[in-house]
Amino acid sequence: MSTRDLVALTLALAVGGCAGRGVTATTMEGPNLGREATPAQIAGWDISVGPDGAGLPPGKGTPAAGALVYEQKCQACHGARGAGQPNDRLVGGQGTLATKTPVKTIGSYWPYATTVFDYVRRAMPYIQPQSLTNDEVYALTAYLLNLNGIIGDGDEMNAQTLPKVKMPNQANFIVVYPPRGK
Amino acid sequence: MNESKRRFIKRSLGLLAGGLVAAGARDAGAVEPPEIAPSMKVPGVGMGEYGSPAKYESKVTRTLIRSQPGTTGSGASRTPLESLEGMITPSGLHFERHHSGVPDIDPAQHRLLVHGLVKRPLLFTVDALLRYPMVSRIHFLECSGNSQLLYQPAPPTLTVGQTHGLVSCSEWTGVPLRLLLEEAGVDRSAPWILAEGADSAAMSRSIPMAKAMDDAILALFQNGERLRPENGYPVRLFLPGWEGNMSVKWLRRLKVVTAPVMTKDETSRYTDLQADGKSLMFTYPMEVKSIITRPSHGMTLPGAGLHQISGIAWSGNGAIKKVDVSTDGGRTWVDAPLVAPVLPRALTRFRLPWRWDGSAAVLKSRATDDAGGMQPEREKFIAEHGNNGTFHFNGIQAWSVAANGEVKHVYA
Repeated sequence: MSTRDLVALTLALAVGGCAGRGVTATTMEGPNLGREATPAQIAGWDISVGPDGAGLPPGKGTPAAGALVYEQKCQACHGARGAGQPNDRLVGGQGTLATKTPVKTIGSYWPYATTVFDYVRRAMPYIQPQSLTNDEVYALTAYLLNLNGIIGDGDEMNAQTLPKVKMPNQANFIVVYPPRGK
Repeated sequence: MNESKRRFIKRSLGLLAGGLVAAGARDAGAVEPPEIAPSMKVPGVGMGEYGSPAKYESKVTRTLIRSQPGTTGSGASRTPLESLEGMITPSGLHFERHHSGVPDIDPAQHRLLVHGLVKRPLLFTVDALLRYPMVSRIHFLECSGNSQLLYQPAPPTLTVGQTHGLVSCSEWTGVPLRLLLEEAGVDRSAPWILAEGADSAAMSRSIPMAKAMDDAILALFQNGERLRPENGYPVRLFLPGWEGNMSVKWLRRLKVVTAPVMTKDETSRYTDLQADGKSLMFTYPMEVKSIITRPSHGMTLPGAGLHQISGIAWSGNGAIKKVDVSTDGGRTWVDAPLVAPVLPRALTRFRLPWRWDGSAAVLKSRATDDAGGMQPEREKFIAEHGNNGTFHFNGIQAWSVAANGEVKHVYA
């Protein structure tokens, strides 16, 4: 190795920490291969709805309209009027959470009404998720809230009214993250 | 009478005289020295493209596979812990928990979208992700519903895998999530990220930004090979030490937001109902825990003498510091040797010899982690949390050994 090579190598080590051409062993850095997503692409994928109603689409539905959809698309798995069997019970159970046989339903347990819309739209019916119209999802949400005695028979659910619905068990959730003192 | 006939008669007489036990011994004797083993007298089979377990191990499978009525894919399967050793779970035996089955995803078609409170919303292809710098970490993954049967008033009469097999441990390799968030110009003051899967439940959870920027991985490889479909192929989120449901599989979307989205699986599920009817929300780390996997329920010790106790310990809050083992139901404890490597948020194997005197015994293990957590007795856990919960059970597991060697699950 000539003196000139040695000087070059020492410089390379001092600068990059490693000797190969283009090779560095410094802090981790990504190659920046993300492609900018367009608003239309994001709108097509963003199906989440927050408890403040952020993300709720246009549309509306009443308990009566929801009953019709429920009978056709939900009842086979969740029973008549949300009574459960063969799958999850959706109605009732209020007052059971502190007993030996708690019954967790939308009415007795779920802390946010917006979650009903979000979950039904993304995941139900089980065999055909993301097939319901927004009106159908609003109507089903209204029906299930009404069956649980949380909204009235004539109450319409839409992007304005749904986030205002107060769920009876919401105050019984204790958030433990972040841990105290951190 | 020729030689072979004479041998046949001799053997038949032997069978009649010795009964079945002797017959078993005789069959075994056929390969004992000085006889040459049959496998040495013919060439073996050739090479294979993808190996499988020995055919004699075909009973070692995932266990207690259960799904919701009317579905085949909404449910769980469990790791057969009683049949495994060491710290790594074979990928094919890693537990499964799906909310709407295992999707068939062509990696060439899959995209990951990063958006919300970022300067540049970005789409990533899987090929792009494969070019990013990666880390490899050995970590356990545990469903927070693991061991939930121990909330019940009577001990379940199931194997250790059926009871506690919603925990597995793999080497996970992938891209630090921080790199993609930084590339998108994340607003670091935004406290939450919604993570969503590309399965037909579009399973979604809100993830704290602090965890995302700390040790979260976009995992592409498991135990050296690309993820198995049931573990999130082609890319999953992996949050070391935290409840399994948050490590969203088949990850397709990350949205940076100001508050938790309150998805179904962080409200109606994976919240911890207490005896007083209140529920704990966002109980993320899996607490310190251990189980003796051998001997365990359903096994029979073949007799007094020297046996090996073997088990696993883990903590979502750090590394295992100590495992105590008791053979007298918790009256006295012995510090069990830990098997290297002892890694943070990874299964840690412990083994110790036990000279069983043939009298009734109750085996227990109790883990302590380096964050100061110690696994509680079941009785204490239930006194604190009540019986009507489902998640985050980490009480001590007890196995009774009867004088006849039978091992059973007991509350003791």
